[in-house]
Amino acid sequence: MAELAQIDVAHVAKLARLDLTKEETKLFQAQLGRVLEYAEKLREPDTSYVEAAAHAVPIFNIFREDEPRAGFTAEEALSNAPRQANGLFIVTKVVE
Amino acid sequence: MTALDLPRLNIAELQTLLRQREVSPREVLEALRSRIAEVEPQIDAYLSIDFDDALKQAERTDVNLALGGVPIAIKDIISVAGQPCTCASKILQDYRALYDATVIRKLRAVGAIPFGKTNMDEFAMGSSTENSSVKLTRNPWDVSRVPGGSSGGSAAAVAADTAFGALGTDTGGSIRQPAALSGVVGVKPSYGRVSRFGLVAFASSLDQAGPLTKTVRDAAMVMNAIAGPDAQDSTCLNEAVPDYTADLGRDVRGIRLGLPKEYMIEGIDPQVRAAMEKAVAHFNSLGAEIIDVSLPHTEYAIASYYMIASAEASANLARFDGVRYGHRAENPRNVFDHYGRTREEGFGPEVKRRIILGTYVLSSGYYEAYYARAQKVRTLIRRDFAEAFQKVDALISPTSPVPAFPLGEKSSDPLQMYLADIFTNAANLAGICGISLPCGFARIENGTQLPVGLQLLGNALDEGRILQIAYAYEQSTDWHKQRPPMKRETSNARL
Repeated sequence: MAELAQIDVAHVAKLARLDLTKEETKLFQAQLGRVLEYAEKLREPDTSYVEAAAHAVPIFNIFREDEPRAGFTAEEALSNAPRQANGLFIVTKVVE
Repeated sequence: MTALDLPRLNIAELQTLLRQREVSPREVLEALRSRIAEVEPQIDAYLSIDFDDALKQAERTDVNLALGGVPIAIKDIISVAGQPCTCASKILQDYRALYDATVIRKLRAVGAIPFGKTNMDEFAMGSSTENSSVKLTRNPWDVSRVPGGSSGGSAAAVAADTAFGALGTDTGGSIRQPAALSGVVGVKPSYGRVSRFGLVAFASSLDQAGPLTKTVRDAAMVMNAIAGPDAQDSTCLNEAVPDYTADLGRDVRGIRLGLPKEYMIEGIDPQVRAAMEKAVAHFNSLGAEIIDVSLPHTEYAIASYYMIASAEASANLARFDGVRYGHRAENPRNVFDHYGRTREEGFGPEVKRRIILGTYVLSSGYYEAYYARAQKVRTLIRRDFAEAFQKVDALISPTSPVPAFPLGEKSSDPLQMYLADIFTNAANLAGICGISLPCGFARIENGTQLPVGLQLLGNALDEGRILQIAYAYEQSTDWHKQRPPMKRETSNARL
Protein backbone atom coordinates (compact mmCIF):
# COMPACT_ATOMS: atom_id res chain seq x y z
CA MET A 1 0.00 0.00 0.00
CA ALA A 2 2.68 2.46 1.00
CA GLU A 3 4.37 2.55 -2.40
CA LEU A 4 1.50 4.45 -4.00
CA ALA A 5 1.59 7.19 -1.40
CA GLN A 6 5.07 8.22 -2.57
CA ILE A 7 4.33 11.44 -4.38
CA ASP A 8 7.29 13.39 -5.79
CA VAL A 9 5.93 16.90 -5.39
CA ALA A 10 8.85 18.60 -7.15
CA HIS A 11 8.39 16.43 -10.23
CA VAL A 12 4.59 16.81 -10.32
CA ALA A 13 4.98 20.58 -9.95
CA LYS A 14 7.06 20.59 -13.13
CA LEU A 15 4.33 18.65 -14.94
CA ALA A 16 1.79 21.20 -13.70
CA ARG A 17 3.99 24.16 -14.81
CA LEU A 18 3.86 25.46 -11.27
CA ASP A 19 7.04 26.68 -9.58
CA LEU A 20 7.19 25.97 -5.87
CA THR A 21 9.57 27.27 -3.23
CA LYS A 22 11.64 24.71 -1.31
CA GLU A 23 9.44 25.28 1.74
CA GLU A 24 6.23 24.72 -0.24
CA THR A 25 7.62 21.55 -1.80
CA LYS A 26 8.49 20.17 1.61
CA LEU A 27 5.18 21.16 3.17
CA PHE A 28 3.08 19.78 0.30
CA GLN A 29 5.13 16.59 0.28
CA ALA A 30 4.08 15.93 3.88
CA GLN A 31 0.48 17.16 3.55
CA LEU A 32 -0.31 15.41 0.27
CA GLY A 33 1.39 12.25 1.51
CA ARG A 34 -1.22 12.18 4.27
CA VAL A 35 -4.07 12.93 1.85
CA LEU A 36 -2.95 10.10 -0.46
CA GLU A 37 -2.58 7.76 2.47
CA TYR A 38 -6.19 8.58 3.32
CA ALA A 39 -7.14 7.93 -0.33
CA GLU A 40 -5.87 4.35 0.03
CA LYS A 41 -9.38 3.76 1.40
CA LEU A 42 -10.55 3.69 -2.19
CA ARG A 43 -8.98 0.24 -2.56
CA GLU A 44 -11.31 -1.29 0.02
CA PRO A 45 -14.65 -1.60 -1.82
CA ASP A 46 -14.94 -4.21 -4.56
CA THR A 47 -15.08 -2.30 -7.83
CA SER A 48 -14.26 -5.19 -10.16
CA TYR A 49 -17.60 -5.07 -11.99
CA VAL A 50 -18.26 -1.36 -11.59
CA GLU A 51 -18.16 1.18 -14.39
CA ALA A 52 -16.48 4.51 -13.77
CA ALA A 53 -18.77 7.53 -13.49
CA ALA A 54 -17.17 10.52 -15.18
CA HIS A 55 -20.26 12.61 -14.62
CA ALA A 56 -23.13 12.86 -12.18
CA VAL A 57 -25.76 12.71 -14.91
CA PRO A 58 -25.23 10.50 -17.95
CA ILE A 59 -26.22 12.69 -20.88
CA PHE A 60 -24.78 12.24 -24.34
CA ASN A 61 -24.69 13.84 -27.76
CA ILE A 62 -25.98 17.32 -27.20
CA PHE A 63 -26.17 19.00 -30.61
CA ARG A 64 -27.01 22.45 -31.81
CA GLU A 65 -27.23 24.10 -35.19
CA ASP A 66 -23.82 25.15 -36.51
CA GLU A 67 -24.68 28.81 -36.96
CA PRO A 68 -22.41 31.83 -36.76
CA ARG A 69 -22.88 33.88 -33.62
CA ALA A 70 -21.53 37.20 -32.49
CA GLY A 71 -18.36 36.90 -30.38
CA PHE A 72 -16.05 39.34 -28.64
CA THR A 73 -14.47 42.14 -30.62
CA ALA A 74 -10.66 42.12 -30.61
CA GLU A 75 -10.73 45.03 -28.21
CA GLU A 76 -12.99 43.17 -25.79
CA ALA A 77 -10.95 39.98 -26.02
CA LEU A 78 -7.79 41.93 -25.21
CA SER A 79 -9.31 43.97 -22.39
CA ASN A 80 -7.96 41.66 -19.67
CA ALA A 81 -4.64 40.84 -21.35
CA PRO A 82 -1.59 41.47 -19.15
CA ARG A 83 0.44 42.41 -22.27
CA GLN A 84 -0.83 43.30 -25.73
CA ALA A 85 0.21 45.24 -28.82
CA ASN A 86 -1.31 45.93 -32.24
CA GLY A 87 -4.51 44.11 -31.38
CA LEU A 88 -2.62 40.95 -30.40
CA PHE A 89 -1.70 39.12 -27.20
CA ILE A 90 2.02 39.22 -26.46
CA VAL A 91 3.34 35.78 -25.63
CA THR A 92 6.72 34.75 -24.34
CA LYS A 93 9.08 33.58 -27.07
CA VAL A 94 8.80 29.84 -27.72
CA VAL A 95 11.38 29.45 -30.55
CA GLU A 96 14.95 30.72 -30.66
CA MET B 1 -41.00 50.38 8.83
CA THR B 2 -38.08 52.79 8.68
CA ALA B 3 -35.22 52.66 6.21
CA LEU B 4 -33.06 51.23 8.99
CA ASP B 5 -35.32 48.19 9.28
CA LEU B 6 -35.49 47.45 5.54
CA PRO B 7 -32.34 45.28 5.32
CA ARG B 8 -33.78 42.90 7.92
CA LEU B 9 -36.55 41.88 5.56
CA ASN B 10 -36.50 38.68 3.57
CA ILE B 11 -37.07 38.75 -0.18
CA ALA B 12 -40.78 37.90 -0.02
CA GLU B 13 -41.42 40.67 2.55
CA LEU B 14 -39.37 43.16 0.59
CA GLN B 15 -41.29 42.30 -2.55
CA THR B 16 -44.62 43.04 -0.90
CA LEU B 17 -43.43 46.52 0.10
CA LEU B 18 -42.00 47.15 -3.37
CA ARG B 19 -45.22 46.13 -5.09
CA GLN B 20 -47.36 48.19 -2.72
CA ARG B 21 -45.08 51.12 -3.61
CA GLU B 22 -44.24 51.53 0.09
CA VAL B 23 -40.59 51.70 -0.94
CA SER B 24 -38.82 52.17 -4.24
CA PRO B 25 -35.95 49.99 -5.50
CA ARG B 26 -33.70 53.03 -5.04
CA GLU B 27 -34.69 53.40 -1.38
CA VAL B 28 -34.03 49.70 -0.86
CA LEU B 29 -30.53 50.10 -2.27
CA GLU B 30 -29.87 53.18 -0.15
CA ALA B 31 -30.98 51.31 2.97
CA LEU B 32 -28.76 48.39 2.05
CA ARG B 33 -25.85 50.75 1.45
CA SER B 34 -26.21 52.20 4.97
CA ARG B 35 -26.45 48.74 6.49
CA ILE B 36 -23.31 47.65 4.65
CA ALA B 37 -21.45 50.78 5.77
CA GLU B 38 -22.49 49.95 9.33
CA VAL B 39 -21.61 46.27 9.63
CA GLU B 40 -19.31 45.38 6.74
CA PRO B 41 -16.21 46.56 8.67
CA GLN B 42 -16.90 43.76 11.19
CA ILE B 43 -17.83 41.06 8.68
CA ASP B 44 -15.88 41.68 5.45
CA ALA B 45 -18.28 39.69 3.29
CA TYR B 46 -17.76 41.67 0.08
CA LEU B 47 -14.90 41.91 -2.38
CA SER B 48 -16.50 44.61 -4.55
CA ILE B 49 -19.73 46.59 -4.58
CA ASP B 50 -21.02 48.81 -7.39
CA PHE B 51 -23.91 50.88 -6.09
CA ASP B 52 -23.78 53.33 -8.99
CA ASP B 53 -24.44 50.49 -11.41
CA ALA B 54 -27.06 49.03 -9.06
CA LEU B 55 -28.89 52.37 -8.89
CA LYS B 56 -28.99 52.50 -12.68
CA GLN B 57 -30.49 49.00 -12.72
CA ALA B 58 -32.98 50.12 -10.07
CA GLU B 59 -34.22 52.93 -12.34
CA ARG B 60 -35.14 50.42 -15.05
CA THR B 61 -36.48 47.52 -13.00
CA ASP B 62 -40.15 46.54 -12.90
CA VAL B 63 -41.24 45.59 -9.37
CA ASN B 64 -44.00 43.38 -10.76
CA LEU B 65 -41.42 40.98 -12.18
CA ALA B 66 -40.70 37.85 -10.13
CA LEU B 67 -37.71 39.43 -8.32
CA GLY B 68 -38.26 43.01 -9.46
CA GLY B 69 -36.09 45.46 -7.52
CA VAL B 70 -34.51 42.84 -5.27
CA PRO B 71 -30.75 43.33 -4.80
CA ILE B 72 -28.84 40.03 -4.88
CA ALA B 73 -25.20 39.50 -3.83
CA ILE B 74 -23.10 37.31 -6.10
CA LYS B 75 -20.20 35.02 -5.22
CA ASP B 76 -17.09 36.33 -6.94
CA ILE B 77 -16.74 33.20 -9.10
CA ILE B 78 -19.84 34.08 -11.18
CA SER B 79 -19.40 36.45 -14.13
CA VAL B 80 -21.31 39.74 -13.97
CA ALA B 81 -20.60 41.83 -17.08
CA GLY B 82 -18.32 44.78 -16.38
CA GLN B 83 -17.66 43.77 -12.77
CA PRO B 84 -14.55 42.17 -11.25
CA CYS B 85 -14.59 38.37 -11.07
CA THR B 86 -11.52 37.53 -9.02
CA CYS B 87 -12.40 34.18 -7.41
CA ALA B 88 -10.59 35.77 -4.44
CA SER B 89 -7.35 34.91 -6.25
CA LYS B 90 -4.33 37.07 -7.01
CA ILE B 91 -4.20 35.53 -10.46
CA LEU B 92 -7.51 37.25 -11.32
CA GLN B 93 -7.17 40.36 -9.17
CA ASP B 94 -7.50 42.77 -12.11
CA TYR B 95 -9.89 40.68 -14.17
CA ARG B 96 -13.28 42.01 -15.20
CA ALA B 97 -15.97 39.79 -16.64
CA LEU B 98 -16.96 40.60 -20.23
CA TYR B 99 -20.34 38.92 -20.12
CA ASP B 100 -23.10 37.80 -17.77
CA ALA B 101 -23.25 34.21 -16.58
CA THR B 102 -26.56 32.60 -17.52
CA VAL B 103 -27.69 32.75 -13.88
CA ILE B 104 -27.06 36.51 -13.90
CA ARG B 105 -28.88 36.97 -17.21
CA LYS B 106 -31.81 35.04 -15.74
CA LEU B 107 -31.80 37.07 -12.51
CA ARG B 108 -31.79 40.32 -14.48
CA ALA B 109 -34.63 39.04 -16.69
CA VAL B 110 -36.88 38.85 -13.60
CA GLY B 111 -35.80 42.26 -12.33
CA ALA B 112 -33.23 41.29 -9.68
CA ILE B 113 -30.28 43.61 -9.17
CA PRO B 114 -26.79 42.09 -8.83
CA PHE B 115 -24.90 44.75 -6.88
CA GLY B 116 -21.85 43.21 -5.22
CA LYS B 117 -19.41 40.32 -5.33
CA THR B 118 -18.81 38.25 -2.22
CA ASN B 119 -15.68 36.79 -0.67
CA MET B 120 -14.89 33.09 -0.93
CA ASP B 121 -12.16 30.53 -0.63
CA GLU B 122 -9.82 31.03 -3.59
CA PHE B 123 -11.40 29.31 -6.62
CA ALA B 124 -14.00 27.86 -4.20
CA MET B 125 -11.43 25.53 -2.63
CA GLY B 126 -12.08 25.42 1.08
CA SER B 127 -14.67 25.18 3.83
CA SER B 128 -13.98 28.35 5.83
CA THR B 129 -13.32 31.24 3.38
CA GLU B 130 -9.87 31.48 5.00
CA ASN B 131 -8.32 30.55 1.65
CA SER B 132 -9.34 33.91 0.19
CA SER B 133 -6.21 35.71 -0.97
CA VAL B 134 -7.89 39.02 -0.17
CA LYS B 135 -9.27 38.91 3.37
CA LEU B 136 -10.98 36.90 6.07
CA THR B 137 -14.75 36.95 6.32
CA ARG B 138 -16.16 36.66 9.82
CA ASN B 139 -19.19 34.82 11.09
CA PRO B 140 -21.88 37.35 12.11
CA TRP B 141 -22.84 35.13 15.08
CA ASP B 142 -19.28 35.24 16.45
CA VAL B 143 -16.71 37.32 14.64
CA SER B 144 -13.85 35.18 15.97
CA ARG B 145 -15.20 32.27 13.92
CA VAL B 146 -15.37 31.33 10.25
CA PRO B 147 -18.59 31.77 8.25
CA GLY B 148 -17.98 28.43 6.52
CA GLY B 149 -17.02 28.15 2.91
CA SER B 150 -16.39 28.33 0.16
CA SER B 151 -19.42 30.64 -0.30
CA GLY B 152 -18.66 32.25 3.07
CA GLY B 153 -19.08 35.84 1.90
CA SER B 154 -22.54 35.10 0.49
CA ALA B 155 -23.61 33.30 3.67
CA ALA B 156 -22.23 35.97 6.01
CA ALA B 157 -23.82 38.80 4.00
CA VAL B 158 -27.26 37.18 4.16
CA ALA B 159 -26.84 36.43 7.89
CA ALA B 160 -25.69 39.99 8.62
CA ASP B 161 -28.58 41.53 6.67
CA THR B 162 -26.16 43.08 4.21
CA ALA B 163 -27.84 41.09 1.42
CA PHE B 164 -31.46 40.06 0.97
CA GLY B 165 -30.26 36.96 -0.81
CA ALA B 166 -27.16 35.74 -2.59
CA LEU B 167 -25.84 33.28 -5.10
CA GLY B 168 -23.13 30.81 -4.20
CA THR B 169 -21.66 27.72 -5.81
CA ASP B 170 -21.48 24.23 -4.35
CA THR B 171 -18.90 21.70 -5.54
CA GLY B 172 -18.72 19.62 -2.33
CA GLY B 173 -20.87 21.55 0.11
CA SER B 174 -19.83 25.15 -0.54
CA ILE B 175 -23.41 26.50 -0.37
CA ARG B 176 -24.88 24.20 2.28
CA GLN B 177 -21.99 24.24 4.78
CA PRO B 178 -21.61 28.04 5.02
CA ALA B 179 -25.42 28.33 5.13
CA ALA B 180 -25.37 25.99 8.14
CA LEU B 181 -22.48 27.73 9.92
CA SER B 182 -23.96 31.19 9.32
CA GLY B 183 -27.57 30.29 10.11
CA VAL B 184 -29.20 30.83 6.71
CA VAL B 185 -30.86 28.67 4.04
CA GLY B 186 -28.78 27.30 1.16
CA VAL B 187 -29.77 25.13 -1.80
CA LYS B 188 -27.48 23.00 -3.93
CA PRO B 189 -29.49 22.18 -7.02
CA SER B 190 -29.22 18.81 -8.77
CA TYR B 191 -26.38 18.61 -11.25
CA GLY B 192 -27.63 20.10 -14.52
CA ARG B 193 -30.59 21.92 -12.97
CA VAL B 194 -28.84 25.31 -13.18
CA SER B 195 -26.55 26.46 -15.97
CA ARG B 196 -22.82 26.66 -15.26
CA PHE B 197 -22.18 29.04 -18.18
CA GLY B 198 -20.20 32.00 -16.87
CA LEU B 199 -19.05 30.32 -13.66
CA VAL B 200 -15.29 30.04 -13.35
CA ALA B 201 -14.91 26.25 -13.46
CA PHE B 202 -13.50 24.40 -10.44
CA ALA B 203 -14.65 20.77 -10.89
CA SER B 204 -16.95 20.67 -13.89
CA SER B 205 -18.74 17.41 -13.06
CA LEU B 206 -19.58 18.63 -9.54
CA ASP B 207 -20.14 22.43 -9.66
CA GLN B 208 -23.62 23.94 -9.30
CA ALA B 209 -24.77 27.47 -8.51
CA GLY B 210 -27.62 28.04 -6.08
CA PRO B 211 -29.23 30.46 -3.63
CA LEU B 212 -28.38 31.47 -0.05
CA THR B 213 -31.35 33.21 1.54
CA LYS B 214 -33.02 34.04 4.85
CA THR B 215 -35.97 31.72 4.30
CA VAL B 216 -36.99 28.62 2.38
CA ARG B 217 -39.57 30.57 0.36
CA ASP B 218 -36.88 33.02 -0.75
CA ALA B 219 -34.70 30.11 -1.87
CA ALA B 220 -37.60 28.73 -3.91
CA MET B 221 -38.14 32.15 -5.51
CA VAL B 222 -34.48 32.41 -6.53
CA MET B 223 -34.53 28.82 -7.81
CA ASN B 224 -37.52 29.71 -9.98
CA ALA B 225 -35.43 32.46 -11.52
CA ILE B 226 -32.15 30.62 -12.14
CA ALA B 227 -33.10 27.00 -12.96
CA GLY B 228 -33.71 25.64 -16.42
CA PRO B 229 -32.15 24.61 -19.72
CA ASP B 230 -29.39 26.66 -21.33
CA ALA B 231 -28.12 26.25 -24.87
CA GLN B 232 -24.74 27.54 -23.66
CA ASP B 233 -24.20 24.68 -21.18
CA SER B 234 -24.61 21.24 -22.73
CA THR B 235 -24.61 19.63 -19.25
CA CYS B 236 -27.63 21.72 -18.25
CA LEU B 237 -30.65 19.44 -18.36
CA ASN B 238 -33.39 20.01 -20.88
CA GLU B 239 -36.13 19.63 -18.27
CA ALA B 240 -39.02 21.98 -17.55
CA VAL B 241 -38.80 23.98 -14.31
CA PRO B 242 -41.73 23.57 -11.92
CA ASP B 243 -42.86 26.49 -9.75
CA TYR B 244 -40.79 25.78 -6.66
CA THR B 245 -43.11 27.85 -4.48
CA ALA B 246 -46.18 25.83 -5.52
CA ASP B 247 -45.91 23.10 -2.89
CA LEU B 248 -44.76 25.33 -0.04
CA GLY B 249 -47.36 25.00 2.70
CA ARG B 250 -48.36 21.45 1.82
CA ASP B 251 -48.04 19.31 4.90
CA VAL B 252 -45.52 16.52 5.28
CA ARG B 253 -47.89 13.81 6.54
CA GLY B 254 -46.82 10.53 5.02
CA ILE B 255 -43.55 11.93 3.68
CA ARG B 256 -40.82 9.35 4.22
CA LEU B 257 -37.57 10.73 5.61
CA GLY B 258 -34.50 8.50 5.58
CA LEU B 259 -31.96 8.57 8.37
CA PRO B 260 -28.66 7.24 6.97
CA LYS B 261 -27.09 5.16 9.70
CA GLU B 262 -23.58 5.81 8.33
CA TYR B 263 -24.04 9.53 9.05
CA MET B 264 -24.31 8.94 12.80
CA ILE B 265 -20.54 9.01 13.16
CA GLU B 266 -18.42 9.75 16.15
CA GLY B 267 -17.05 13.23 15.86
CA ILE B 268 -20.42 14.90 15.46
CA ASP B 269 -20.55 17.68 18.00
CA PRO B 270 -22.99 16.60 20.75
CA GLN B 271 -25.04 19.79 20.42
CA VAL B 272 -25.27 19.29 16.64
CA ARG B 273 -26.41 15.74 17.22
CA ALA B 274 -28.99 16.87 19.79
CA ALA B 275 -30.37 19.55 17.44
CA MET B 276 -30.59 17.01 14.64
CA GLU B 277 -32.39 14.47 16.84
CA LYS B 278 -34.87 17.13 17.91
CA ALA B 279 -35.47 17.99 14.27
CA VAL B 280 -36.16 14.35 13.46
CA ALA B 281 -38.63 14.14 16.37
CA HIS B 282 -40.23 17.35 15.15
CA PHE B 283 -40.73 15.92 11.66
CA ASN B 284 -42.25 12.87 13.27
CA SER B 285 -44.71 15.07 15.14
CA LEU B 286 -45.61 16.75 11.83
CA GLY B 287 -46.62 13.36 10.49
CA ALA B 288 -43.50 12.42 8.51
CA GLU B 289 -42.41 8.81 8.63
CA ILE B 290 -38.79 8.31 9.73
CA ILE B 291 -37.05 5.33 8.15
CA ASP B 292 -33.56 4.00 8.83
CA VAL B 293 -31.60 3.67 5.60
CA SER B 294 -28.07 2.67 4.69
CA LEU B 295 -25.60 4.40 2.37
CA PRO B 296 -22.91 1.74 2.67
CA HIS B 297 -20.17 3.54 0.69
CA THR B 298 -20.35 6.78 2.70
CA GLU B 299 -16.90 6.29 4.21
CA TYR B 300 -15.32 6.45 0.74
CA ALA B 301 -17.06 9.63 -0.37
CA ILE B 302 -14.44 12.10 0.84
CA ALA B 303 -11.54 10.22 -0.73
CA SER B 304 -13.44 9.82 -4.01
CA TYR B 305 -14.47 13.46 -3.94
CA TYR B 306 -10.98 14.88 -3.37
CA MET B 307 -9.42 12.74 -6.09
CA ILE B 308 -12.08 13.72 -8.66
CA ALA B 309 -12.41 17.36 -7.65
CA SER B 310 -8.63 17.89 -7.62
CA ALA B 311 -8.18 16.11 -10.96
CA GLU B 312 -10.81 18.28 -12.61
CA ALA B 313 -9.44 21.41 -10.94
CA SER B 314 -5.90 20.76 -12.17
CA ALA B 315 -7.23 20.56 -15.73
CA ASN B 316 -9.54 23.58 -15.40
CA LEU B 317 -6.87 25.78 -13.83
CA ALA B 318 -4.41 25.01 -16.63
CA ARG B 319 -6.04 27.93 -18.48
CA PHE B 320 -4.35 30.42 -16.15
CA ASP B 321 -1.20 30.93 -18.19
CA GLY B 322 -0.72 34.70 -17.89
CA VAL B 323 -1.38 35.37 -21.59
CA ARG B 324 -5.03 36.18 -22.25
CA TYR B 325 -6.01 37.41 -18.80
CA GLY B 326 -4.85 37.46 -15.24
CA HIS B 327 -1.53 37.90 -13.52
CA ARG B 328 1.70 37.50 -15.52
CA ALA B 329 5.18 37.15 -14.09
CA GLU B 330 7.64 39.95 -14.96
CA ASN B 331 10.55 39.39 -17.36
CA PRO B 332 10.27 35.65 -17.94
CA ARG B 333 13.52 34.00 -19.09
CA ASN B 334 11.62 31.58 -21.30
CA VAL B 335 8.14 30.18 -21.68
CA PHE B 336 8.49 27.61 -18.88
CA ASP B 337 9.70 30.28 -16.52
CA HIS B 338 6.73 32.40 -17.67
CA TYR B 339 4.19 29.69 -16.81
CA GLY B 340 5.91 28.45 -13.68
CA ARG B 341 6.35 31.84 -12.04
CA THR B 342 3.01 33.27 -13.22
CA ARG B 343 1.24 30.39 -11.50
CA GLU B 344 3.53 30.37 -8.46
CA GLU B 345 2.85 34.08 -7.89
CA GLY B 346 -0.85 33.95 -8.77
CA PHE B 347 -2.17 30.93 -6.87
CA GLY B 348 -2.47 30.53 -3.12
CA PRO B 349 -1.40 27.45 -1.12
CA GLU B 350 -4.65 25.44 -1.23
CA VAL B 351 -5.04 25.94 -4.97
CA LYS B 352 -1.43 24.85 -5.50
CA ARG B 353 -1.97 21.76 -3.35
CA ARG B 354 -5.00 20.75 -5.38
CA ILE B 355 -3.26 21.36 -8.70
CA ILE B 356 -0.38 19.12 -7.54
CA LEU B 357 -2.74 16.47 -6.19
CA GLY B 358 -4.92 16.56 -9.33
CA THR B 359 -1.95 16.43 -11.68
CA TYR B 360 -0.57 13.49 -9.73
CA VAL B 361 -3.76 11.41 -9.75
CA LEU B 362 -4.13 12.01 -13.49
CA SER B 363 -0.50 11.17 -14.27
CA SER B 364 0.57 8.01 -15.97
CA GLY B 365 1.02 5.17 -13.49
CA TYR B 366 -1.33 6.62 -10.88
CA TYR B 367 -4.43 7.29 -12.96
CA GLU B 368 -5.87 3.80 -12.44
CA ALA B 369 -5.01 3.63 -8.76
CA TYR B 370 -6.56 6.95 -7.81
CA TYR B 371 -8.63 8.70 -10.45
CA ALA B 372 -10.25 5.72 -12.19
CA ARG B 373 -10.88 4.03 -8.87
CA ALA B 374 -12.42 7.20 -7.45
CA GLN B 375 -14.80 7.29 -10.41
CA LYS B 376 -15.80 3.68 -9.82
CA VAL B 377 -16.45 4.44 -6.18
CA ARG B 378 -18.50 7.38 -7.40
CA THR B 379 -20.73 4.89 -9.21
CA LEU B 380 -21.16 2.93 -5.97
CA ILE B 381 -22.08 6.11 -4.10
CA ARG B 382 -24.62 7.00 -6.78
CA ARG B 383 -26.17 3.53 -6.47
CA ASP B 384 -26.40 3.92 -2.68
CA PHE B 385 -28.53 7.02 -3.14
CA ALA B 386 -30.62 5.49 -5.93
CA GLU B 387 -31.48 2.58 -3.64
CA ALA B 388 -32.23 4.85 -0.69
CA PHE B 389 -34.59 6.99 -2.79
CA GLN B 390 -36.58 3.85 -3.64
CA LYS B 391 -37.57 3.77 0.02
CA VAL B 392 -37.69 7.42 1.07
CA ASP B 393 -38.59 10.85 -0.29
CA ALA B 394 -35.62 12.65 1.24
CA LEU B 395 -32.64 12.00 3.49
CA ILE B 396 -32.06 13.93 6.69
CA SER B 397 -28.73 14.64 8.41
CA PRO B 398 -26.73 17.44 9.95
CA THR B 399 -25.19 19.67 7.26
CA SER B 400 -21.86 19.91 9.07
CA PRO B 401 -20.61 17.74 11.94
CA VAL B 402 -19.57 20.87 13.84
CA PRO B 403 -20.82 24.44 14.22
CA ALA B 404 -18.67 27.39 13.10
CA PHE B 405 -15.07 26.81 14.17
CA PRO B 406 -12.57 29.47 15.28
CA LEU B 407 -10.57 31.27 12.59
CA GLY B 408 -7.24 29.49 12.16
CA GLU B 409 -8.32 26.24 13.84
CA LYS B 410 -8.23 24.01 10.76
CA SER B 411 -6.40 26.14 8.24
CA SER B 412 -3.02 24.43 8.78
CA ASP B 413 -4.31 20.89 8.30
CA PRO B 414 -5.86 20.28 4.86
CA LEU B 415 -7.05 16.76 5.69
CA GLN B 416 -9.00 18.00 8.75
CA MET B 417 -10.57 20.70 6.58
CA TYR B 418 -11.52 18.09 3.95
CA LEU B 419 -13.22 15.94 6.60
CA ALA B 420 -15.53 18.88 7.44
CA ASP B 421 -17.38 18.09 4.19
CA ILE B 422 -18.39 14.60 5.23
CA PHE B 423 -22.18 15.05 4.94
CA THR B 424 -22.16 17.25 1.85
CA ASN B 425 -19.61 15.79 -0.64
CA ALA B 426 -21.58 12.71 -1.62
CA ALA B 427 -24.54 14.70 -2.99
CA ASN B 428 -22.23 16.34 -5.54
CA LEU B 429 -20.74 13.00 -6.56
CA ALA B 430 -24.26 11.62 -7.06
CA GLY B 431 -25.67 14.76 -8.72
CA ILE B 432 -28.63 14.94 -6.33
CA CYS B 433 -30.03 18.08 -4.69
CA GLY B 434 -29.73 19.30 -1.12
CA ILE B 435 -30.79 22.10 1.20
CA SER B 436 -29.46 23.33 4.52
CA LEU B 437 -31.70 25.24 6.91
CA PRO B 438 -31.37 26.41 10.51
CA CYS B 439 -32.40 23.80 13.10
CA GLY B 440 -31.07 25.10 16.40
CA PHE B 441 -28.05 26.50 18.16
CA ALA B 442 -24.94 25.21 19.86
CA ARG B 443 -24.00 27.24 22.91
CA ILE B 444 -20.30 27.70 23.61
CA GLU B 445 -18.62 28.47 26.96
CA ASN B 446 -19.01 32.24 26.82
CA GLY B 447 -22.75 31.90 26.10
CA THR B 448 -22.46 32.70 22.39
CA GLN B 449 -24.97 30.86 20.23
CA LEU B 450 -23.77 29.27 17.00
CA PRO B 451 -26.29 28.16 14.38
CA VAL B 452 -26.72 24.49 13.52
CA GLY B 453 -27.83 23.44 10.04
CA LEU B 454 -30.13 20.60 9.03
CA GLN B 455 -29.53 19.01 5.65
CA LEU B 456 -32.23 17.45 3.50
CA LEU B 457 -31.06 15.58 0.41
CA GLY B 458 -33.47 14.88 -2.42
CA ASN B 459 -33.28 12.78 -5.55
CA ALA B 460 -32.10 14.42 -8.77
CA LEU B 461 -34.56 17.11 -9.90
CA ASP B 462 -36.58 16.76 -6.69
CA GLU B 463 -35.85 20.30 -5.48
CA GLY B 464 -39.57 20.98 -5.14
CA ARG B 465 -39.97 18.23 -2.60
CA ILE B 466 -37.03 19.15 -0.35
CA LEU B 467 -38.17 22.78 -0.43
CA GLN B 468 -41.66 21.67 0.62
CA ILE B 469 -40.28 19.56 3.48
CA ALA B 470 -37.87 22.30 4.57
CA TYR B 471 -40.67 24.87 4.51
CA ALA B 472 -42.90 22.71 6.71
CA TYR B 473 -40.09 22.50 9.27
CA GLU B 474 -39.16 26.16 9.08
CA GLN B 475 -42.73 27.41 9.43
CA SER B 476 -43.32 25.31 12.53
CA THR B 477 -40.08 26.39 14.26
CA ASP B 478 -38.57 29.77 15.16
CA TRP B 479 -34.90 29.24 14.37
CA HIS B 480 -34.94 31.29 11.18
CA LYS B 481 -36.39 34.30 12.99
CA GLN B 482 -33.33 34.73 15.19
CA ARG B 483 -30.75 37.18 13.95
CA PRO B 484 -27.10 37.41 14.96
CA PRO B 485 -26.51 39.79 17.88
CA MET B 486 -24.23 42.15 16.00
CA LYS B 487 -22.44 44.94 17.78
CA ARG B 488 -23.45 48.46 16.83
CA GLU B 489 -20.31 50.41 17.77
CA THR B 490 -19.27 50.95 14.19
CA SER B 491 -22.64 52.49 13.43
CA ASN B 492 -22.30 54.93 16.32
CA ALA B 493 -18.84 55.83 15.14
CA ARG B 494 -20.14 56.51 11.67
CA LEU B 495 -23.29 58.35 12.66
